[in-house]
Amino acid sequence: MADPAPVPSGPVDHLDALEARSVGLLREAYREFRSLCMLWSIGKDSTVMLMLARKAFFGHVPFPLVHIDTSFKIPEMIAYRDRLAREWKLDMVVGANREALEARRTFPDGALDRIACCRTLKSEALKHTVSGDWPRFRLDVATGEWKPDERREPFTGVIVGARADEEGSRSKERYFSPREVSSEWDVDDQPPELWGQYATEFAPGTHVRIHPLLDWTELNIWEYIEREAVPVTALYFDRGDGTRYRSLGCHPCTKPVASTARSVREVVAELRTGKFARVAERAGRAQDVDDGGGLETLRRGGYM
Amino acid sequence: MSGMGAVPASASARAQMHVVVVGHVDHGKSTVIGRLLADSGSLPDGKLEQVRAMCERNARPFEYAFLLDALKNEQAQGITIDTARCFFRTAARDYVVHDAPGHIEFLKNMVTGAARAGAALLVIDAQEGIRENSKRHGYVLSMLGVRQVSVIVNKMDLMGYRREAFEAIRDEYGAFLRRLAVSPVSFIPVSAREGANVTTRSPETAWYEGPTVLEQVEAFVPAPDRAGLPFRLPVQDVYKFTEDGDSRRIVAGTVETGTAAPGDAVVFLPSGKRSTIGSSEEFGLGGGGAVRAGRAVGVTLTEQVYVKPGEVMCRAGDALPRVSRRFRANLFWMGHAPMVRERSYRLKLGAARVQVQLAEVVNVLDASELSTVAGRQQVERHDVAECLLETARPVAFDLHADLEGTGRFVIVDEFRIAGCGIILEDAGAGRSILRERVDRRENAWETGLVTRAMRERRFRHPGKFIVFTGPGGADVRDLARRVEAHLFERECMSYYLGIRNVSADLAEGGRRAPADDELRRLGELARIMTDAGVLVITTLGDVEDHDLETLRILNEPNEVFVVAVGGNPFTAFRPQVEVPAGPASAEAVAAVVQGLQSRELVPDYSI
Repeated sequence: MADPAPVPSGPVDHLDALEARSVGLLREAYREFRSLCMLWSIGKDSTVMLMLARKAFFGHVPFPLVHIDTSFKIPEMIAYRDRLAREWKLDMVVGANREALEARRTFPDGALDRIACCRTLKSEALKHTVSGDWPRFRLDVATGEWKPDERREPFTGVIVGARADEEGSRSKERYFSPREVSSEWDVDDQPPELWGQYATEFAPGTHVRIHPLLDWTELNIWEYIEREAVPVTALYFDRGDGTRYRSLGCHPCTKPVASTARSVREVVAELRTGKFARVAERAGRAQDVDDGGGLETLRRGGYM
Repeated sequence: MSGMGAVPASASARAQMHVVVVGHVDHGKSTVIGRLLADSGSLPDGKLEQVRAMCERNARPFEYAFLLDALKNEQAQGITIDTARCFFRTAARDYVVHDAPGHIEFLKNMVTGAARAGAALLVIDAQEGIRENSKRHGYVLSMLGVRQVSVIVNKMDLMGYRREAFEAIRDEYGAFLRRLAVSPVSFIPVSAREGANVTTRSPETAWYEGPTVLEQVEAFVPAPDRAGLPFRLPVQDVYKFTEDGDSRRIVAGTVETGTAAPGDAVVFLPSGKRSTIGSSEEFGLGGGGAVRAGRAVGVTLTEQVYVKPGEVMCRAGDALPRVSRRFRANLFWMGHAPMVRERSYRLKLGAARVQVQLAEVVNVLDASELSTVAGRQQVERHDVAECLLETARPVAFDLHADLEGTGRFVIVDEFRIAGCGIILEDAGAGRSILRERVDRRENAWETGLVTRAMRERRFRHPGKFIVFTGPGGADVRDLARRVEAHLFERECMSYYLGIRNVSADLAEGGRRAPADDELRRLGELARIMTDAGVLVITTLGDVEDHDLETLRILNEPNEVFVVAVGGNPFTAFRPQVEVPAGPASAEAVAAVVQGLQSRELVPDYSI
């Protein structure tokens, strides 16, 4: 059984402070953006973010969750997504680059390198799913069926679970980060952000990425998963072969790490020992290495 | 397991401290941080080697600063463009270090980094000495409320670690900070490149007895708890989610200061509405107890009052914020275009968003000399100015000296945050921009040959602006239009003017509160039509005292007649006629007409 959460009136500890900021950001996004969605990659970070949304809106999630399906995700991730979506009655929207998938313009099958594959299956698919100009599918939580999305309104606010400690370019993100018409990130001229006030105004044709988890570290995420009993997929744990995933992506490009942590509590304990303190969390994600370690090329072009 | 019990989260929780590193360009901020990370063993395996190899490939000498320069174009330019966050941990706690750019063009990024920090390291090049941004950053830190500042006198190796070189900067910069009422916690002689006094004490500075950079960072104290201050909950939103039979109406926001508990009497400002906290809501925990500073909360009220996002919920017994449309503030301007008068900007203060104008520039601070310049008409980019600002409607605020969180604001120009400021004084008693504009208009008013008296004789009634208000939406509009038709049948010059007709956004006009510019257009138009002798009739969905006050001023010298449908929405003002809510009826029409007749605004039937 999960430990009970602490009494809300107690003093504010570091997880409370992170939670309060994230909840405040989610509420701000909901207040300011009429057409809002949250990206749910099914990984631990965006699932914590989903939990924070349920806290922010007192058990409700008042905007759709968008998942970009590369078709290369580990099958357990998809099963877990559909189970949670029905259990929590989530308004689930899924998009994909179907043309590229059908033509097998992917890595490693097609003549694409990892970076180009990411750009095709994730950045491109995300851009067109958010703008609504490619088909997208909505989950009927009653039947579990996926139906073509009739209301393909463009989303002007997109909530993303990026964390500043993941890698270099993310450390420069704003909580509210405007994206140009082309989805590009103008990293050299970002708006100032202070005192809990954000750039919620945006020009027509542009959209804003909202990053409620920017200040969270990998350890914070796991501490919160433990404290709040957030459901995560079993891929994050050692299931007998002495390995587990630290970061989840597409199977051709994601490698597990050596670890015998079998539960949330053991993952928290493992991270607290500093075992991975000197190994990048995304070290198992091959596209980062191919991009010179910074993810910068991908992120400027609209990668999450 | 029973023996272990629940482990409270705080037992394992580690404190987190945000530290910003600022200073003039090329004075060595990134090098200080790079050293701090490298020497405290916080770098990922192979990172140092990777950067060294990259330098070798590009035939550049290795620098610790490159560790932080994660973005490629930044390395190309050799300056920090944005605030990069990096993380390191010591036995005591976790740190988030913000590397703020020193180049003047990126001052807004420095502000972003510094506003997040509880403490600052301000780096000064021992050889180059105090430069313009050394001072400007010192000023901005004081304005942002960063109280703990340690001054790092860097590149001491270039000065042969001479004590006099260090002390000269310490004395000069210390005097500068004292004028800003900032007392630095320490001055540290450092060579970040050589690692002197960063994490280990340098034998070169045997004369120095203070802390190393790492010791100083460990000694910064966390922000004091704000729970003991007066209660302020800026209302971010009001939720009523109806799925799954949820009937709660929840007032949500992040508590800025203080605590409050169910049963506490509360007042919402600027509206002045009062209620009592029924419960505090937290998902998964049921009704909670007290809410306190630093938490994102939700509460229900026992008496339902219509509260709007942007108000501040206060405890009735606490010292209350001020409510005003004018205040004096210190403003730091970051916009590409200067801040000018007679232009509308958007003010964000707490959860409030309201139009604001620059009423007066009192003086502008010369950041490098700390002297003030009077007589300026606008605020230029990177200016720090003392200004009078005026909002289109009242806002609730505290003076920054009393409560920081509700005493500061940002200003949005078009789509960008262009300025930030702290409130020094309530200037509500002064003449408003609106008042001045209307006075100017009236002095210059051009008339024809037909006088007011001639029109009144012809039409048998004076011109009048009749405002229907109430929460009823379509019912209120129906009633207003039936009154228009009734008066017209009796040969009055009546005209129904829909708010939508003066709305810029046609889809938006209607039941919600009128936007400030709609109100202005409506008032200006009513002034002309009442002058023409017309009974101008309109409906406003949701108005407060100050909206009516704006319309009255705009419609001067003619008067406003108010019909409240379904209760009086005003705090101080009394409507001329009140009729009950519900579908428009002949009785309601008669009641309104009776009210007009009793004031001799329209002729009696008998005439």
